[in-house]
Amino acid sequence: MLSVRVAKRFGEFQLDAAFEIGGPKITALFGRSGAGKSSVVRLLAGLERPDSGAVRLGGRELTGLPAHKRRIGLVFQDGRLLPHYSVRGNLLFGFERAAEPLIAFDEVVALLGLERLLSRRPGTLSGGEKQRVAIGRALLSSPQLLVMDEPLAALDGARKAELLPYIAGLAERFHLPILYVSHDPEEILRIASHMVLLDAGRVLAEGEVEQVMSRPEFAAAAGSRSLLSVLVAVVEGHDAERRTTCLSFAGGKMAVPLLDLPAGSAVRAQIKADHVILARGLVPGLSVRNQLPGRVVALTPMGGMIDVLLDVGCPLHAELTYESCRELQLAPGMAVTALVKSAAILTALSATPARPR
Amino acid sequence: MVLWMLELSPLEIEALRLSLLVSSCAVACSLPFGILLAWLLARRDFPGKVLLDGLVHLPLVLPPVAVGYLLLAGMGRQGLIGGWLYRSFGVSFVFSWKGAALASAVMAFPLLVRAIRLSLENVDRGIEAAAATLGASPFDVFLRVTLPLSLPGVLAGVILAFARSLSEFGATITFAANIPGQTRTLPVALYGVTQTAGGDAEAMRLCLISIGLALATLVASDLLARRLDRRLKG
Repeated sequence: MLSVRVAKRFGEFQLDAAFEIGGPKITALFGRSGAGKSSVVRLLAGLERPDSGAVRLGGRELTGLPAHKRRIGLVFQDGRLLPHYSVRGNLLFGFERAAEPLIAFDEVVALLGLERLLSRRPGTLSGGEKQRVAIGRALLSSPQLLVMDEPLAALDGARKAELLPYIAGLAERFHLPILYVSHDPEEILRIASHMVLLDAGRVLAEGEVEQVMSRPEFAAAAGSRSLLSVLVAVVEGHDAERRTTCLSFAGGKMAVPLLDLPAGSAVRAQIKADHVILARGLVPGLSVRNQLPGRVVALTPMGGMIDVLLDVGCPLHAELTYESCRELQLAPGMAVTALVKSAAILTALSATPARPR
Repeated sequence: MVLWMLELSPLEIEALRLSLLVSSCAVACSLPFGILLAWLLARRDFPGKVLLDGLVHLPLVLPPVAVGYLLLAGMGRQGLIGGWLYRSFGVSFVFSWKGAALASAVMAFPLLVRAIRLSLENVDRGIEAAAATLGASPFDVFLRVTLPLSLPGVLAGVILAFARSLSEFGATITFAANIPGQTRTLPVALYGVTQTAGGDAEAMRLCLISIGLALATLVASDLLARRLDRRLKG
């Protein structure tokens, strides 16, 4: 269990953040650039002193401790491997200094596929290899918390896709809480179960990823004009002929573009509110694959539009004009059908198992 | 010509040996202090830092004779520190090769500190921070990360200081005088023969030996620097 309450002034910028994370799971620290994410990381790791506040980790008071006594493993965006040590030397640097090594050297090497790299120098590694070594090095220092500060930001799409599964499995495998700093919602959808939303130095929301991502504060921070809904689903099966994958979620079934995932995989589906169309009853003769029956829960004005919160077995936001709401005579409790194009559903393999709601 | 150069006279061998001994000792003994001062100046803020910086650089701008005289006043047997050292430990710097080494060390110190300081300032603090999060204490980080990464600068400082020591004359002759077998290094010997009638050929030989020694030092340092570079960059 990590509990953080830190305040520090950096010139004009005031950081004043408080949040808690716990358990062997990945919590994302999300915020756009300049939100204060890296400052939080530096304060956590003891690389900077807060003006006031306290950091506690697993019952230990870390507030006054120097970085080398905190037992917080840090993976930096730029790797920061020791250039004068081999890969093996880098991995052993923290391992040899750990008071009680909890994680076996060979296990980490095998897990991250580092066997062939051990005698190489950091200068000869590719970006993805460097980050794998950096992750292994942090793990081997036997931390009580692993902090990853945008570890994939410097990598291209293919390398990212290659590394994400490694990271997703770490928390459970090593029974380690992970704070994953990112400004990429897709990464978070894929690997985090919980998230902390940071904006302008303050924590705006924290909780499960599905809930935090559905909030207006998240949409604003992610630079999206409309709200997002995140549904937890399981891959039901594939229809190769129609080139679609069938997902089952709390409200029934949903078709999305073909996924390269085995049946039973847990996924998250993200739907933007302005991609949802509402109708009264089922509509025949449409190209839209998904017609989800549900009920109106609430109508909330948002800017020049109205956010319609639906219950389709789980919460789903739809963004409509005042005009449309009036024409459909929408009111809380009313039965409607939500139409969602398959192509408008962003799916991501989720590391956390789907929970029935 | 080559053969003429290869047969060194006892005087030349002695001067060469003394030059190497004095310069090596001067650099080896001042290196730890040089690293400490460079680190203080590069990484720490404290009152009087500007003054200390100025003091370290003083031998660079003072006439060497002045430095030699100050050494005589401070470290001579009647001097404040030198007197105490002589009474307590029987150690005397004046008129011995140790004095020549001390004079060389003081004269070369600014060059040593400057080069090390520059390279310490260039070490990536991010990598030091990473080492700290892996459990390395500040001293551990200095020994295993900062110092190895600034080794090229340390080497440059050592070479500069060594070369400066080889050519040291003014402070040495003032403080340690011209004593055969003790303080008659190459420059001192060279000065001696130029003051002697008919010493032209000998002076030229000593000049050529000095040039050869300087070139050998530079070539050796270049080779070493390349090897270091390969080691550090992988």
